[in-house]
Amino acid sequence: MIVVSNVSHRIGRAPILTDISLTLEKGGVTALIGPNGAGKSTLLSLIARLTPLQAGTITVDGLAVATTPGRTLARRLAVLPQDSAIDARLTVTELVGFGRFPHGAGRLTDADRAIVAASLQRFDLGDLAGRFIDTLSGGQRQRALVAMAHAQATDYLLLDEPLNNLDMQHARALMRTLRELADTERRTVLVVLHDINHAMAHADRVVALKDGRIAADGPPAAVAVPDVLERIFGYAMRVVDVDGDPVVLHHR
Amino acid sequence: MTSAALVSPRLYGVFAASVLALFAASLVVGAGSGTAALLLPSRLPRSLAALLAGAGLAIAGLVMQTIARNRFVEPSTVGATQSAGLGILAAAVFMPEAPIVLKMAAATLTALAGTALFLGLARRLPPTQPLLLPLFGIVYSSVVGAALTFLAWQADLLQFVEIWMNGEFSGVVRGRYELLFAAALMVALAWWAADRLTVAALGPAVATGLGLDLAATRRLGVVIVAVVSALTVVVVGALPFVGLVVPAMVSRLVGDNLRASLPLVALGGAGLVLAADIAGRLVRYPYEIPVGTILGVVGALVFLWLLWRGQHG
Amino acid sequence: MADRTTVSGSDAAGTSATRPVEAVFDRRMALLLLVALALSAAYMTVSLRGNIAFALELRAIRLVALWQVAVAVAVSTVLFQTLTQNRILTPAIMGMDALYLLGQTALVFLLGGLGYAGLDPALKFAAESLIMTTMAATLFAPMLKGRTDMTLMLLTGVVLGILFRSLAALLARLIDPNAFAVVQSVSFADFNTLRRDLVWPALAVTALGTAVAWRARHLLDVAALGRARAVGLGLDWTRTVPALLVLVALLVAVSTALVGPVALLGLIVVAGAERLIGSRRHARLLPAACLVGISILVGGQLVLQHGLGGASALGIVVDFAGGLLFLALLAGGRR
Repeated sequence: MIVVSNVSHRIGRAPILTDISLTLEKGGVTALIGPNGAGKSTLLSLIARLTPLQAGTITVDGLAVATTPGRTLARRLAVLPQDSAIDARLTVTELVGFGRFPHGAGRLTDADRAIVAASLQRFDLGDLAGRFIDTLSGGQRQRALVAMAHAQATDYLLLDEPLNNLDMQHARALMRTLRELADTERRTVLVVLHDINHAMAHADRVVALKDGRIAADGPPAAVAVPDVLERIFGYAMRVVDVDGDPVVLHHR
Repeated sequence: MTSAALVSPRLYGVFAASVLALFAASLVVGAGSGTAALLLPSRLPRSLAALLAGAGLAIAGLVMQTIARNRFVEPSTVGATQSAGLGILAAAVFMPEAPIVLKMAAATLTALAGTALFLGLARRLPPTQPLLLPLFGIVYSSVVGAALTFLAWQADLLQFVEIWMNGEFSGVVRGRYELLFAAALMVALAWWAADRLTVAALGPAVATGLGLDLAATRRLGVVIVAVVSALTVVVVGALPFVGLVVPAMVSRLVGDNLRASLPLVALGGAGLVLAADIAGRLVRYPYEIPVGTILGVVGALVFLWLLWRGQHG
Repeated sequence: MADRTTVSGSDAAGTSATRPVEAVFDRRMALLLLVALALSAAYMTVSLRGNIAFALELRAIRLVALWQVAVAVAVSTVLFQTLTQNRILTPAIMGMDALYLLGQTALVFLLGGLGYAGLDPALKFAAESLIMTTMAATLFAPMLKGRTDMTLMLLTGVVLGILFRSLAALLARLIDPNAFAVVQSVSFADFNTLRRDLVWPALAVTALGTAVAWRARHLLDVAALGRARAVGLGLDWTRTVPALLVLVALLVAVSTALVGPVALLGLIVVAGAERLIGSRRHARLLPAACLVGISILVGGQLVLQHGLGGASALGIVVDFAGGLLFLALLAGGRR
């Protein structure tokens, strides 16, 4: 369980998050949505201790992120940062292998290798395994980075706008994989998304931020309501029902 | 960490054999060749010194590039070499009778401070322009170098600065070069921390996500760079660009996974310095050209090539 | 972003065109002139003893040389910065003085120490200047096309400087020890033993170069707006700029020939002058930079000669201070 209590954050004088409290039960996919500058990425970075906490507390399975050793936390929680430009020349296999870094200090064991192989397969990277990541396309590199986070084999998986750089086909594939991880491997996924329909289609719970506060929180059906969406995003949009799923016509 | 298997064992073999051949050549080549009387007291220490200094500097360059996340930095372009010079100068002025180990310690301390200051200042640079860091570093180094020259000049020790800042192996004898075995220790230390260093190169966000203590890893890296710089400056004098050229070449061959590339970088550094030293003995036989001078020319050429390759394509 | 610079650029041009043109010679400029003259007078007279006539003559020649170096460095740096639209670049940072050094060493290498010493200084100077100008033109041609990344060019220049210096050192090792001493004497900035034989031939070049730059001052204001806008305003870029670049090379040759490499002096001088007079207009910047250069060189020489032990250190001090300034400019992102 991830518990965020009374977290506030500012950059310089600008308030980014104001008194956020949020509890994420184990299991399921939670999507963080909201307009640019709402504080989604900051909240995710704070939970993943990529950004130091300024006020409030965050615990992961009872471990305070501010004080728990990085390695201990890395065995429970993996994160895909938004801007993870990597210019080191590593092969895809090597990169995914570093997902095992928190679990052992030395060489990979056979068990580690098996996990790496499974991650490569899960993200359809078999053909690219021996390629250097600087020779991959943006989308392929993104998949390799997600595979690395997956190979970390943590209960919690945090992803900051993972659909950036992905075409429609791979965006859909990634979201379905995240869904599958939650369903079959009992992982807890927290994902920052820009595409609201991906959130509606794949998440169990949608948390919307606006101006550093939680503006809506609930199952997709509860958030995909014109009034709620207008409150979050600032303009009216239609929501239509397609075979029982809400689809937001945000682009019309 | 993962598959060093991707690197063919044959490549390690080729590198090791080349270094061995160069080492053997270094034992016999040069003025007054071949006499056994010369071999033990002079040629063996000289060749070992070149081997150790080369391996150490190449690793120091690799480590520096890893923690700075920039391919264009190395000890002599981050002020480490020049700050080490400040340390020995201070030692020469304030404790001229001190044993070499103490002078070495002084040089290490100032090299640590100089490198740490560089990394601190470098954080103010915009990260979007990777070429700004080496530019900043070169000028920073020359500022420290100017301070060194000025102070040495005030202390009437200018001729020593020229010796410290231009590496030469002809003066290497037993009783002094043994200090360089500490460079081998630093190579071992880098090997021990290879995975951590590679993770650090993935950037602060990914490294933190993987649970790496980034600050501690950076400190370790700075220690390796400072100790190697101080060692070489004290024992043989500065050898520019070894730490730039060798890691760049090895990276092209096998990539940046330190667990796989580190042995090749160490061997490559040893080979480069041995080769440059042999060349220095032969070009103007029977006179010698300092190895630092040769490395300056070769290194600057390779630096330019690295800068411009890929700019037009 | 591009739009904003266009607006601010044309805005600046607009205001300077509409408001009455600021006087070239105002109080600040007068003050600069006063300081330069006072320091020069002090340089001539402080602790004068022994054969006064001889000492005065010696000091006068040195003073002329210092003035020349200051003017040559100031003018060449201003021109170079304007043509490359950059406030961090100086010809010396781009490796030009190292190139001169390499040329010197190459000459000694080819002619031997005696042959080198026997060369007519004026002839030698002419030959060196020619070589330098050619090489400079080759090096900076891509820069003036304005398409390349400025940081890449800067770094390239700096590394070229290292390459030239290393090559010179290598060549120096290849020549015989006597000739080596000749090379060493020209490879450090030394304001004490400046080359008196070159003072008069160089004076012609400095005077001519400065006159040309002064005549071109309005042209330079236009060139400073950038290639596209300058061409739009009717500047014949492809003819003017290479000519001005040749001038830069000549002036760098003058200063390097007289005292050796003074890598970062130009940076200090121009940045200081700009700060003091608060203008980038060449009619004011050129004279101000020259006066600041004279004050720094003559004043620094004065202080070091009679205070901190000895004048040869001025080059090192300039390197140190200039390096710090360069770092500050880089970190401050003022480009």
